[in-house]
Amino acid sequence: MSTANVNRVVDPATQTVLPEKVYPGVDDGHHAPPALPKGFEAQADELITHYPVSKRSASMPLLHLWQETFGYISPAGIDWIAAKLGLQPINILELVTFYPMFRQHPAGKIQIKVCRTLSCALGGGYALCDYFREKCKTGEPDAHGLALSPDGKYSVEFVECLAACGTAPVIMINDDFYENVTKSRADELLLKYT
Amino acid sequence: MPIAEKRLIFANIDQPGYTIDIDCYLRHGGYKELKKALTMKGPDIVAEVKTSGLRGRGGAGFSCGMKWGFIDPTKNTKPVYLICNADESEPGTFKDKQIIYKDPHQLLEGMIIASYANNVHLAYIYIRGEFTLGAKILEKAIEEAKAKNFLGKGICGTAYDLDIYIHRGAGAYICGEETGLIESLEGKRAYPRIKPPYFPAVLGLYMSPTIVNNVETLCNIKHIVAMGGAAYAKLGKPNNTGTRLLCVSGDVEKPGYYEFVVGALTLGELINDVCGGIKGGRKLKAVIPGGSSAKVLKAGERYKFKTKKPDGSMEEKELGLEDIPLDFDSLAAAGSMAGSGGIIVMDESRDMVECLANIATFYAHESCGQCTPCREGSLWMKKISDRLTHGRGHPDDVDLLKNVADNIAGRTICAFGEACAWPVQSFVTKFRNEFEAHALGNGSAIRAKTGAVKT
Ligand SMILES: Cc1cc2nc3c(=O)[nH]c(=O)nc-3n(C[C@H](O)[C@H](O)[C@H](O)COP(=O)(O)O)c2cc1C
Ligand code: SF4
Ligand code: FES
Repeated sequence: MSTANVNRVVDPATQTVLPEKVYPGVDDGHHAPPALPKGFEAQADELITHYPVSKRSASMPLLHLWQETFGYISPAGIDWIAAKLGLQPINILELVTFYPMFRQHPAGKIQIKVCRTLSCALGGGYALCDYFREKCKTGEPDAHGLALSPDGKYSVEFVECLAACGTAPVIMINDDFYENVTKSRADELLLKYT
Repeated sequence: MPIAEKRLIFANIDQPGYTIDIDCYLRHGGYKELKKALTMKGPDIVAEVKTSGLRGRGGAGFSCGMKWGFIDPTKNTKPVYLICNADESEPGTFKDKQIIYKDPHQLLEGMIIASYANNVHLAYIYIRGEFTLGAKILEKAIEEAKAKNFLGKGICGTAYDLDIYIHRGAGAYICGEETGLIESLEGKRAYPRIKPPYFPAVLGLYMSPTIVNNVETLCNIKHIVAMGGAAYAKLGKPNNTGTRLLCVSGDVEKPGYYEFVVGALTLGELINDVCGGIKGGRKLKAVIPGGSSAKVLKAGERYKFKTKKPDGSMEEKELGLEDIPLDFDSLAAAGSMAGSGGIIVMDESRDMVECLANIATFYAHESCGQCTPCREGSLWMKKISDRLTHGRGHPDDVDLLKNVADNIAGRTICAFGEACAWPVQSFVTKFRNEFEAHALGNGSAIRAKTGAVKT
């Protein structure tokens, strides 16, 4: 798993950022500027206008935009967003590591999120998650709970309550909600997204 | 005869032919209350809300009028902000989603009136990240409202300006806590702020006075303007007024969302008459009445209630679980809370240790990590309840579990500490025999109990 290792060292006496040292094998904090799709920057600028009081507030919207465009938040993405908002990369990285929806590595092209929480568990959520893992032939979940199929096509993970508990068990596939999911419905959905 | 629903906020939800576009909303009398509100003075609207007795629907049940009263627009030199809390992530709760996805303009109208009343010119809707489509629906609704001059500059020909923007969360439950939400909206980690001094009404968004209200609370504002505060207060009883959206999930025949006058029916009537009883004809075992943080209620428990007789004297009554009226004060008197309106029902076949382990896993995942008792305690509560479930418990685990919980509440920055301790304290106390059986390795096998998925 990649982590954006930004080695900026602050001099405790002067509170200034010291020149960066490059350690062999360690992310040096310099990332090739990414090729941005057309309209990306304009979209980012538009989002920033939603926060007339503080640009920093646009951090999460820009992270969402980045992840929707590139699938995950790369070190280059962190640098780009930080520069855009006049922040330090750590201000962005600390959001990526805090908010569960942001990823630092790609998930499947088809992302299956199964609700784990009580009402869904009572309705068979755990068994449903197992079923999806089996059908998508994923490996074991990684440290973040994400189970990927070897071809990278599917990822299956547990998420917490999706606010649809009355129709348990509930899942999301990419951005879409599905409720009262049975095994046969799961089969149908997998066909639909394939 | 089941007690009839009183659909004020859900009036149009799921009605055939009702769509989310502004034209449909206008055909159903939409934005009429906004026009009425714009003829009133802001403080007069605040006074109506005070008279209405409306209590917040997000969890804490704090008086809405009083919250607004903390903000005195005549004394403020800083701008005032309004934030709609659309984070809806308390397990068991799924009411705000219905409004956002099926009647977005009702929320906008409520917000515009609330903003006007409190002299707000910039407002945000903080919506949970998973509601991707919901965020798009609201964005479209904002565009439509702008085009019709219900939002933006000079609303409806008055001198009043307001902008509303959508801000998406990213999967963290703690963003529902209002000061965590504010930090998140400022572009930071959602670390709740310590109160005092950071009461949102004083030092909120960008260190300015800020009102944070739940989606359902803000929708109520529209109906208070329509009916007048005094008429609204006649729904229900003093201190428990208006209607309440109830979300029922778990082991009932007809789970779903319903709207009733606060206190109009009892827990038993809701479960047996409205929701068709316990699934498969089994018996009721336990109910979590206000979102997963609320203390669990056990079938067969008796509660002592003090009620006022018509002549003013007090009378003590004993009520069973199924006789508790669904209002704020009664659920508090039963030792739990009305909370977010999420009611989770468990039948006799459920293993309480496993249910608690599920809830504890949620809180361990969601603690923001600032306070040691919460960060470490929530992890230990997960670990211990988990090993009990899996038959790997130690004999003294039951006391240890309770002890960890007892040392969190009251020692943390935000109410998440209570939210994670209450389920543990109540489950362990009320179902102690099941926990002890597990600790001795006699517990029932787990997966078998948490419902198989239907084929
Ligand atoms: C841990 C925690 C989570 C919360 N989650 C939510 C939530 O998802 N939605 C919500 O409206 N309020 C939530 N609240 C309550 C808010 O902090 C706040 O009280 C509420 O939004 C105020 O609005 P109201 O007065 O209209 O109820 C939560 C509180 C805590 C302590
Ligand atoms: S109580 Fe828990 S969630 Fe709240 S601030 Fe402390 S660590 Fe964070
Ligand atoms: S518990 Fe699964 S949606 Fe709420």
